Amino acid sequence: MDRRNFLKATAGVAALTGTTGVSAPALSQGAAARTLRFVPQANLANFDPIWGTQYVVRNAAALVWDTLYGFDDKLEPKRQMVESEEVSSDGKVWTFKLREGLMWHDGTKVTAADCVASLARWAVRDGMGQMIRTIQEELVAVDDRTFRWRLKTPYPKMLLALGKNNTPMAFMMPERLAKTDPFQQINEYIGSGPMRFVRNEWVPGAKAVFSKFEQYVPRNEPPSWLAGGKRINVDRIEWIIMPDPATASAALMNGEIDWWETPLTDLIPSLRRNRNIRVDIADPLGNIGAFRFNHLHAPFNDVRARRAVAMVLNQEDYMRAVVGDDKALWQTLPSFFTPGTPLYTEAGGDVLKGPRNVEAARALLRESGYNGQPITLLVGQDQAPLKAMGEVTNALLRSIGMNVDFVATDWGTVGQRRASKSLPGQGGWHIFHTWHAGADCINPASYLALRAHGDGAWFGWPKDDAVEAARDKWFVAPDVAAEKAAVAEMNTAAMRHLTYAPTGFYKTYQAWRSNVTGVVGAPIPFFWGVSKS
Amino acid sequence: MFAYIVRRVLATIPVMAFVALFVFSLLYVAPGDPAAVIAGDQATPDDVERIRASLGLDRPFLIRFGEWVWRILQGDLGVSIFTNLPVSTMIQQRIEPTMSLMIITLILAVSVAIPMGVVAAWKQGTVIDRTVMGFAVLGFSVPVFVVGYVLAYVFALELDWVPVQGYTPIKQGLWPWFRNLILPSIALGTVYIALIARITRATMLEVLQQDYIRTARAKGAGQRNILFLHALKNAAVPIVTVIGIGIALLIGGAVVTESVFAIPGLGRLTVDAILRRDYPVIQGVVLLFSFVYVLVNLFIDLLYTILDPRIRY
Repeated sequence: MDRRNFLKATAGVAALTGTTGVSAPALSQGAAARTLRFVPQANLANFDPIWGTQYVVRNAAALVWDTLYGFDDKLEPKRQMVESEEVSSDGKVWTFKLREGLMWHDGTKVTAADCVASLARWAVRDGMGQMIRTIQEELVAVDDRTFRWRLKTPYPKMLLALGKNNTPMAFMMPERLAKTDPFQQINEYIGSGPMRFVRNEWVPGAKAVFSKFEQYVPRNEPPSWLAGGKRINVDRIEWIIMPDPATASAALMNGEIDWWETPLTDLIPSLRRNRNIRVDIADPLGNIGAFRFNHLHAPFNDVRARRAVAMVLNQEDYMRAVVGDDKALWQTLPSFFTPGTPLYTEAGGDVLKGPRNVEAARALLRESGYNGQPITLLVGQDQAPLKAMGEVTNALLRSIGMNVDFVATDWGTVGQRRASKSLPGQGGWHIFHTWHAGADCINPASYLALRAHGDGAWFGWPKDDAVEAARDKWFVAPDVAAEKAAVAEMNTAAMRHLTYAPTGFYKTYQAWRSNVTGVVGAPIPFFWGVSKS
Repeated sequence: MFAYIVRRVLATIPVMAFVALFVFSLLYVAPGDPAAVIAGDQATPDDVERIRASLGLDRPFLIRFGEWVWRILQGDLGVSIFTNLPVSTMIQQRIEPTMSLMIITLILAVSVAIPMGVVAAWKQGTVIDRTVMGFAVLGFSVPVFVVGYVLAYVFALELDWVPVQGYTPIKQGLWPWFRNLILPSIALGTVYIALIARITRATMLEVLQQDYIRTARAKGAGQRNILFLHALKNAAVPIVTVIGIGIALLIGGAVVTESVFAIPGLGRLTVDAILRRDYPVIQGVVLLFSFVYVLVNLFIDLLYTILDPRIRY
């Protein structure tokens, strides 16, 4: 019995034998009800959401720092810190007015100057921000509550840029923090969001604590993801880092924690059997599994070799390896975009549909000039989805006659090696695996992984003018119909070029105690509206 | 004796210097890039490069090593690349849980294993001996995490006597502190108990064959006196040696135990730092562990002179 099966069995027995008795929380009942204990997806190792763009940092930052706009559950940017905005008739001048009553956690007022400095820092690190910077004429505070962004050319996606939930999000910080070099970490964690960060209780790798900011004035609208009134119903939120899923499962069953963001799929059946626990999809936007080709080196610098691999790629194999047989969790994806979202398209996705053809793939691979050289396949063994996908890809490549050099390593090493443009036999690589949050793939705005502009593109450095041209069309699209057309064109071009190989769309579960209410499925765990009895 | 202690303490300096050079070199050549981890998946290669430069990771080996050694000599372990906190602060945050776990495990292991070993030797070949040795084999064979899960299932989930996980600082009360450490120390101590019990038994068997034991019996000394005063005292040196060596075993086992029981100790800090390539933290923790290990060995050597007056330095 291996470790994974052992923990499944232990958790299963625990659930079956009815571990449903009254728990013995460490806190008194009253205090416990005002403290929400949450196990996040990963360790909060740093806390500057502009400097470090890991999702866990963004998720924690959403509690502490507010945004000018926020995405709602219909994926539309809505006003958050902003009271009103005005755009000039030529689309080049945006004027924003902050709502009244906004305060920093140190008791000072939020001013337009703070927002100007925050946007300046964010724009250095964010893809959309960088686009705005290239057309920026000036970004200035007009008065205490008003600031203006004057551009050389119109930028219709301005509100999307300011309200998106992709990292790095446009979080507002006090001017003195926002003036920090974007490539250096801030040293204070003062925001204007609904929770304060309790720095002296922060033990990186173990615990992060947030306390309710009483002076926070929520909007009047009902909460909807990052939009609406962010009303906090508990006094304190404790993020408890638990590296071991069996421990987290047992702690949830025992009432020692209240909410677990990413339970291991294997443990879901035992959690479901516990009547004190609720289980549901964590993020309806899910994730897109992927592996990336190195477009710089043979054989994958030839589209025929990439296409040969795609011809035998069976997404069902990948998805079953990643999340198992629970069909509620995955679907095949002949697309680069997130299913169920307004711009989703399968245009050009035929290469990933229908029966797989090994013989035709072998022939195409021969035609591409592949001569049996080793294919360096990087597989991070410490990330379960990547390990699973790596095994499937290994079998897939071998099935069409490729000579695979399977490099089993940790994610830290993959992170370094994938940046190398050297020849695969000299420290470089041919293929590595990753996944993209579905929230990042709803449109081309922050979809760095799909860009194909050569040297500046994401690892693998794909280059295809048609992909880039379609992307440019989306940015200037005047309406939804034009946006859809541009995305369809981009998907078609990227499928033809095989910018990367999507391995399917999958979701994960979250679990919480039944005395906790208001948990919603979203790309970020939102704490506003969550109560604990 | 004093001169010996001074000599040994001075001898730790080249040992620590070697450890420092070794760890720094190892991390320098090891693959992995903290800048890539910090930048996240949405970052471009240019972003990663700029972060690497801002962290000073693009500078030559000798400059980085020289700066690090200079800071160490001033008592500064540096600042974590990720948390921006001083490494000394991070170690300070984590040292109490690990020390607590190790001390309780040590006390538990010694107080259980030595009587077990002594009794097994005394009752050699009997059911008691076989039971003790059976336990020892089991203790060696079953991984710490399996023992941990089983204990957590039975005593936390089923019986609800103790919490499944976590750590309560000692300042919040002796019982809450101890309550959280019962299961982890049993889990971690199992292999240690097995090791000490086996060594105690083997050494005792050898000592019990000695002439002076026969003499003691002939003089009419009681069994307890023979076992614990005459035999155990003379068997103590190898047992103490194993206890000392076992400290390294405990440090290694603490990494797994702390993960299974979600204890925020140095073991987890080390693993997290290694996975993220947080070089200053790895270097600081390894130096600390090495220093502790050297001190424990010094202490054990000094203990020999008390246990066996024939040993003189």
